[in-house]
Amino acid sequence: MSITVKFFASLRETIGKANVNLDADNIATAADVWRIASGNHEPVDNMLIAINMEYANLGETVKDGDEVAFFPPVTGG
Amino acid sequence: MSVELRGEPFDPWQELQNHQNAKPELAGKFGATSIFIGTMRDFNDGNDVQAMTLEHYPAMTQKHLDTISSEAGERWDILDTLVIHRYGDIQPNDPIVLLAVWSAHRSESFPACRYLIEELKTRAPFWKQEKTGANSRWVEYNTPE
Repeated sequence: MSITVKFFASLRETIGKANVNLDADNIATAADVWRIASGNHEPVDNMLIAINMEYANLGETVKDGDEVAFFPPVTGG
Repeated sequence: MSVELRGEPFDPWQELQNHQNAKPELAGKFGATSIFIGTMRDFNDGNDVQAMTLEHYPAMTQKHLDTISSEAGERWDILDTLVIHRYGDIQPNDPIVLLAVWSAHRSESFPACRYLIEELKTRAPFWKQEKTGANSRWVEYNTPE
């Protein structure tokens, strides 16, 4: 399964990378994506998750070709 | 319904005029225009702020601002909406966001405009990083209202 992973803002700095391309078979949920892409980092408090640019949660299923993003609470406007 | 993301400073008053000029079909139809302009302050959380960088998730930002604008059109009897939001390097007194709603009556435009800003602040993926003296810090939450 191939997943494009993005980290934004303070979470990008915490993890130390902006983009990761995952190609692995042991991925079922966004939590799996986080675990592998972050290098087993503990989930960050208040972290938001988007799958294909729609808000999701860590338990949500992902599929081949998905784009999964992790980022802190939004502060626009 | 128009949503634009801008990497350069903009003049919200000129943008409003431009938008109305480009939509002659609105002329004579709207009796109310409600607007919200968010502007960068030179202070926050007790500190002087010299500059700010606004990061965003471009495609998701566009998608959710489009959705929020559509929702406003479904919930209120409005004629048109305009959303312009900055990203990139921003200076104090620069406009950050312009929201405008045109309708026949204010009873529709006011709540629709309020809806746009409140939903934008919780759903549109933007992140502010402030420069305070020699340091930078991420803004971790929006003010409640």
